[in-house]
Amino acid sequence: MSTPALPNWRPDFEAIAHWVAPGSRVLDLGCGDGTLLRFLKERRGATGYGVDISDDNVLACVKNGVNVIQSDLEAGLSGFESGSFDYVILSQTLQATMHTERLLKDILRVGREGIVSFPNFGYWRVRMQLLAGHMPVSPELPYQWYDTPNIHLFTLSDFENFCRGHGVRILERLVTTDGRPVSAMPNLLGALAFYRLDRAPGASPVAA
Amino acid sequence: MNAVAKVPGSVGVVAPSDMQFDEPLLLKSGAVIPSYSLRYETYGTLNADRSNAVLVCHALNASHHVAGSYAHDPKDVGWWDNLIGPGKPVDTDRFFVVGVNNLGGCHGSTGPATPNPATGRPWGADFPVVTVDDWVAAQARLADRLGIRCFAAVVGGSLGAMQALQWTIAFPDRVRHALVIAAAPKLSAQNIAFNEVARQAITTDPDFHGGDYYAHGVVPRRGLRLARMLGHITYLSDDAMAEKFGRALREGEFKFGFDVEFEIESYLRYQGDKFSTYFDANTYLRITKALDYFDPALACGGRLAEALKGAAARFLVVSFTSDWRFSPARSREIVKALLDTGKDVSYAEIDAPHGHDAFLMDDPRYHGLIRAFLADADIDRSAQT
Repeated sequence: MSTPALPNWRPDFEAIAHWVAPGSRVLDLGCGDGTLLRFLKERRGATGYGVDISDDNVLACVKNGVNVIQSDLEAGLSGFESGSFDYVILSQTLQATMHTERLLKDILRVGREGIVSFPNFGYWRVRMQLLAGHMPVSPELPYQWYDTPNIHLFTLSDFENFCRGHGVRILERLVTTDGRPVSAMPNLLGALAFYRLDRAPGASPVAA
Repeated sequence: MNAVAKVPGSVGVVAPSDMQFDEPLLLKSGAVIPSYSLRYETYGTLNADRSNAVLVCHALNASHHVAGSYAHDPKDVGWWDNLIGPGKPVDTDRFFVVGVNNLGGCHGSTGPATPNPATGRPWGADFPVVTVDDWVAAQARLADRLGIRCFAAVVGGSLGAMQALQWTIAFPDRVRHALVIAAAPKLSAQNIAFNEVARQAITTDPDFHGGDYYAHGVVPRRGLRLARMLGHITYLSDDAMAEKFGRALREGEFKFGFDVEFEIESYLRYQGDKFSTYFDANTYLRITKALDYFDPALACGGRLAEALKGAAARFLVVSFTSDWRFSPARSREIVKALLDTGKDVSYAEIDAPHGHDAFLMDDPRYHGLIRAFLADADIDRSAQT
């Protein structure tokens, strides 16, 4: 897949778009200016909505010609029917949410599948900075401790443990560093992680 | 086109027109209006493929006079002039904008104060109760006569937004964009209660004469004043009122009497007095009933999503955080119904302090959204493919 000529295209959108089947119904949580949705609409024939809380992002989405619902993710996804989307996407936002557990459950209630990406706090460069006695700052975690929106930092292993314990099935995983896939020792060598998830068969239905 | 002298940002001096309809209109109530006239204004120019028309629907007390001003009264500026004009969010250099006074109104269209052809006297109490559906049907006939098959957009706030919503249901192939602002999918009991108090104020005024006050040469002015004062309280937020008036006294001290003392009293009395000089009481009664009756989901067992299933427009739904008359939760009901049926919809919740009246304010976030949403609204894609 070639990188599209969209001004705010992010490399991680590539991996997400790759997993979205053509013609799907998509809900993009924390959609920013709607770049990913616009790409999915134009190249994949996807339909759907973005959700964002910021006035600027809502305006940017409307300018981008994509549907956007101004809403606070922390208030939950009660405005969306169960199973009403093929994919619910949460791109590099999970670590910045307060009600992380509830949101993940809600994602798999509303979507047939969830696509989640997040910075890996187990990445070796992160560990080195911590060993050196400092909170890590990296391209994936570009904030200082005092201005970061990230309040729930976690590693690949943490996330996979969470999934096991919450009836979430991992369908596919992609780990990258500097945009290149990582296969060996991903929890140590991977900077960014992508997961395609659904509800494990037999798992108790997740409540909103 | 009515615009004559144009000043920057304004459509300039405008003049209304009248369109006469001699085909009877069957109303939702079963009553029939044998013939009627609608007063309207237009700004901008209808383009060659007639794809750039925008209909602006008015709310309770407004009219067809949406933008610009009158040669004989330059201070009479259209009620949504901050939104509509050359270079404004609804840009009259691109769009052909139509404002129309609804059937049953009192700003020039056929209504209770105009003569009933059967008797030659004002319709008065005999003027039927009209609904949002009836207004939209009448607007569609006006569109036919103006040569507009499909509107690029139908825009409305409050009761006007209900008309925009109804357009997408009644005429799905005649509206490409619907701007549903400060709306509710139906009134709550509290909303109806406010309307009922307003109606009681009017109908219990001794000058009401059962609605036939025209023959007595009087107007139920006291009732209209009260109705307007009550309405005004619901259009403003508590914060906006506190900010604007607080507990300020006109003469700085208590008088221990019942004349105007607090600034808010003075304001409400002024608004009530002004309103009672120009608004027809029978029209007020009918418009509040139209509000009460609006409930497009009713025919679908209360399922709004089903009522909107056939809609084909792209929607922009906007609410304002401090609006307690039609709160954001009411707009979210509309959004939810549109989401459930997979419609194209964007929703914005504007953090504004003004209450329900915020939809009339010049807020850059709000106006910016409307401008962006209408960016290519005049392009009829269905006509190109």
